Amino acid sequence: MTAASKPANEYVVRTKGLVKEFTMGGETLRALNGVDLDIIRGEYISIMGPSGSGKSTLFNAIGGLDKPSSGSVFINDVDMAQLDASELAYLRCHTIGYIFQSYNLIPVMTALENVTLPTIFAGMPTDEGIERGIEMLNKVGLGHRLHHRPSELSGGQQQRVAIARSLANRPSIVLADEPTGNLDLKTGTEIIELLRELNKNEGVTIISATHDYKMVDVSDRVVWIRDGKVAKIEERADLDIKVGEIEGEH
Amino acid sequence: MKSETGTQAASPAIQRQIHLPFSKAWEISLKSIRIRLLRSVITAAGVCLGIAFYSSVKTSGLFPMSGDPHDPAVIAAGHRQEWLAIMALLVCAVGITNSMLMAVTERFREIGTMKCLGALNRFIVTLFFIEAGLMGLVASVLGWFSGWFIVCVVHLVTEGPHVFTAHVLSASLKQAVISTTIGVVITLLAAIPPAVNAARMPPAVALRTTV
Repeated sequence: MTAASKPANEYVVRTKGLVKEFTMGGETLRALNGVDLDIIRGEYISIMGPSGSGKSTLFNAIGGLDKPSSGSVFINDVDMAQLDASELAYLRCHTIGYIFQSYNLIPVMTALENVTLPTIFAGMPTDEGIERGIEMLNKVGLGHRLHHRPSELSGGQQQRVAIARSLANRPSIVLADEPTGNLDLKTGTEIIELLRELNKNEGVTIISATHDYKMVDVSDRVVWIRDGKVAKIEERADLDIKVGEIEGEH
Repeated sequence: MKSETGTQAASPAIQRQIHLPFSKAWEISLKSIRIRLLRSVITAAGVCLGIAFYSSVKTSGLFPMSGDPHDPAVIAAGHRQEWLAIMALLVCAVGITNSMLMAVTERFREIGTMKCLGALNRFIVTLFFIEAGLMGLVASVLGWFSGWFIVCVVHLVTEGPHVFTAHVLSASLKQAVISTTIGVVITLLAAIPPAVNAARMPPAVALRTTV
């Protein structure tokens, strides 16, 4: 089944003619140069490309973390540019979960407090929020580390807390920006497997910007970005053939 | 095949983010001060010292000056006192602004993260308002008291208890209120604009900030 044959409501994210320009020292740089991308509900999609290709800019635009210079992003068929600040906050709180390369946990809060924070913003009663936090931390295998601060956890554990936090309000999309970028090979693989599991079991759409080839193995589709444009999109079927080659590159 | 995994179905319509009860904001702010206690104490010390300086200058002014009030030397001393108070206020304003600006700037990433988790600008400003207000209040009261206390002890030792007239005591109370108010207002003025500024940034920009 190709992406084009899906009915419109099957798409959880669509971008149309996305352009993002940065001005640096009087020079204008086009980080995104007309990106059209349709992401299917429930898929695990990797956005691959070398550093500076525009991956992170695309990530920020899809996540509503930065405004594109032109073009639009639709989340569940809603044009993000039409949302006001509080609707955008609602979207970030309920619909999208974020995972970052550098984890971005709040350093003064424990694992459980970090995971509970989005539930507070969602207006969930405290008890329910704590229950949800414990459930999510158990899910990522950190049930025994609830009251540890980020500084007392390893990189892999911190990223697990970040994953638990991203899922706290049961979003339909999880956006991950280089989630394995700061992790060693083994820990990175574990994080990728965890994301894949959550994708399969919870049906959450995972969009991951990465240049980690281990990600290719688990992705339903891989979008290659080069110079701010979609260079090619590979489907699972094409990928299976290539996995051997790619693994050989390590 | 995909439709089976799509258990979440179409997400509910987008609503407006509204929640953050004051009690929760209070709790988060208090925790934030307590957990980075050393950092908070250093920031508060900046405020405290500024106000202590101001308070000591103002308190010295309360005690009657010895000598003929028409003597040019005494008049000049009075002017000097006023100048000192103005300088003290300036020094304390700059000191407090410096402390608070740094304390907020080093938390830009935290602000960006909170916005990613669905915080409204208002939530962030509320958190920083409570935090800065509390720190400003405690530091200013302490600062006023230290300045007042030291000057009083000096006068007690050099001139004896007779200088503590009812006027000095009531004026001291007035000074306490004024010093504390000045301290809290300057602290808030220094902390809130950078917090508002950070909250207004697109989260991606706040997250990129490194100090």
